[in-house]
Amino acid sequence: MSIIEFKNTSKHFGPLKVLDGVDLSIEKGEVVVLVGPSGSGKSTLLRCINGLEAITSGDLVVDGLSVTGGKRQLREIRQEAGMVFQQFNLFPQLTALENVAFGPSKVRGLSREKAREAALNLLEKVGLREKAGHYPAELSGGQQQRVAIARALAVKPKVMLFDEPTSALDPELKQEVLNVMRALAEEGMTMVVVTHEMGFAKQVGTRLIFMEHGHIAVDGDPREVIDSPPNDRMKDFLQHV
Amino acid sequence: METDWSVLVEFIPELLEGAKTTIYITLVGLIGGLVLGTFAGLMRAYGGHILNAVAFTYVEIIRGTPIVVQVMFLYFALPVLADLRIDPMSAAILAIVVNAGAYIAEIVRGAFLSISKGLTEAGLAIGLPHWKVLVYIVGPLAFRRLIPPLGNQFIVSLKDTSLFIVIGVGELTRTGQEIMAANFRAVEIWTAVAIIYLIMTGTLSLILRSIEKRMSIL
Ligand SMILES: Nc1ncnc2c1ncn2[C@@H]1O[C@H](COP(=O)(O)OP(=O)(O)O)[C@@H](O)[C@H]1O
Ligand SMILES: [Mg+2]
Repeated sequence: MSIIEFKNTSKHFGPLKVLDGVDLSIEKGEVVVLVGPSGSGKSTLLRCINGLEAITSGDLVVDGLSVTGGKRQLREIRQEAGMVFQQFNLFPQLTALENVAFGPSKVRGLSREKAREAALNLLEKVGLREKAGHYPAELSGGQQQRVAIARALAVKPKVMLFDEPTSALDPELKQEVLNVMRALAEEGMTMVVVTHEMGFAKQVGTRLIFMEHGHIAVDGDPREVIDSPPNDRMKDFLQHV
Repeated sequence: METDWSVLVEFIPELLEGAKTTIYITLVGLIGGLVLGTFAGLMRAYGGHILNAVAFTYVEIIRGTPIVVQVMFLYFALPVLADLRIDPMSAAILAIVVNAGAYIAEIVRGAFLSISKGLTEAGLAIGLPHWKVLVYIVGPLAFRRLIPPLGNQFIVSLKDTSLFIVIGVGELTRTGQEIMAANFRAVEIWTAVAIIYLIMTGTLSLILRSIEKRMSIL
């Protein structure tokens, strides 16, 4: 069974059709890289998976649960599908450790001690154990994004969704975040990644999807479709990233 | 008539009694106003169409009418309409609750909506129900932004109690007025009244400023 399945999924914002009958199955262990021009619906597609946007028609099933199944079911889906945002969105009043421990204690109901311990391990994993006591404002963008990845992982999701995780970062900080993502992929995490990093797409991606006007225009092996784009618009797009 | 500040010695205790009443009305009224305003503000920010419309109507009615008219309505019109007798003191407190509540509602709404939507999404994305996101994340952040405008409203409400002179509540202004009517010591009495108000609002300002300082705005 696919872990994510779009079935003729559409999403409208008023008269604007942002997802136009998308059919897409993502299997466990895939690292799907999502590219496309600005406004083509990449973020929306990602945000429909964890219900931050409600779909307008069709169906969308995540780990056997439909996103249309009500609030409680949506919360279950969100625990299975972690999200990392372009703007990090760390909770500014909490330390790095508290940010990461927040999910386990408030969502999974772990004890304070257990949540703390799990959080420290995750900070270790993203290379930030020594920053545990720091507030987000005291961390660089790259460090904040790594904490945000740890925060999402803390709820033990089966899938990770990344929406342009390095777009807000200075070039020299992008790599540390991409490295964490690569390590995650090597562990077998299922990932859907919106990014403009074509190097990452080729090295880490197992599948590349090019979106255009709310539908999937190209779906193939990252190395193949990047090196020889199957249509002119994708060729054009690649020349501009 | 020469000014003679020594007459104040005789009247200070009376004026302080009036000030006590002012403080009492303000305190009880603002506690009620905070509760009402928080509910109404959250209804405005997060309620569905109906809750939002109810809170909106309340806020607009209060903001669109003078507080004197509001207290007159509570004291004189409500008994006729609802067969509900109400003493001046209760009418005064209720007027502060209802009046401050409307302004506090707008303050609460503004503070909550000023917190970046991304933080709410981050909370929702780890599987928290919306109310927990509000309680644990948005609420504490909004609270810090609430304090300065709230302090402002507290001072406005404290001064508004002087308008309850119109229904004969024995607060500070009314007390001053009564003493004045007996001895015509306008300069001395109104100076003393003004200073007592300044001491009350000044103390309030100091308390609020120290709370503000203790909490960094994020
Ligand atoms: N909340 C929203 N309300 C209205 N329109 C939106 C909203 N979110 C996105 N859109 C529109 O949907 C289209 C696709 O947006 P998005 O999914 O963010 O594209 P991408 O991530 O590929 O740049 C854009 O035209 C955008 O303006
Ligand atoms: Mg986007």
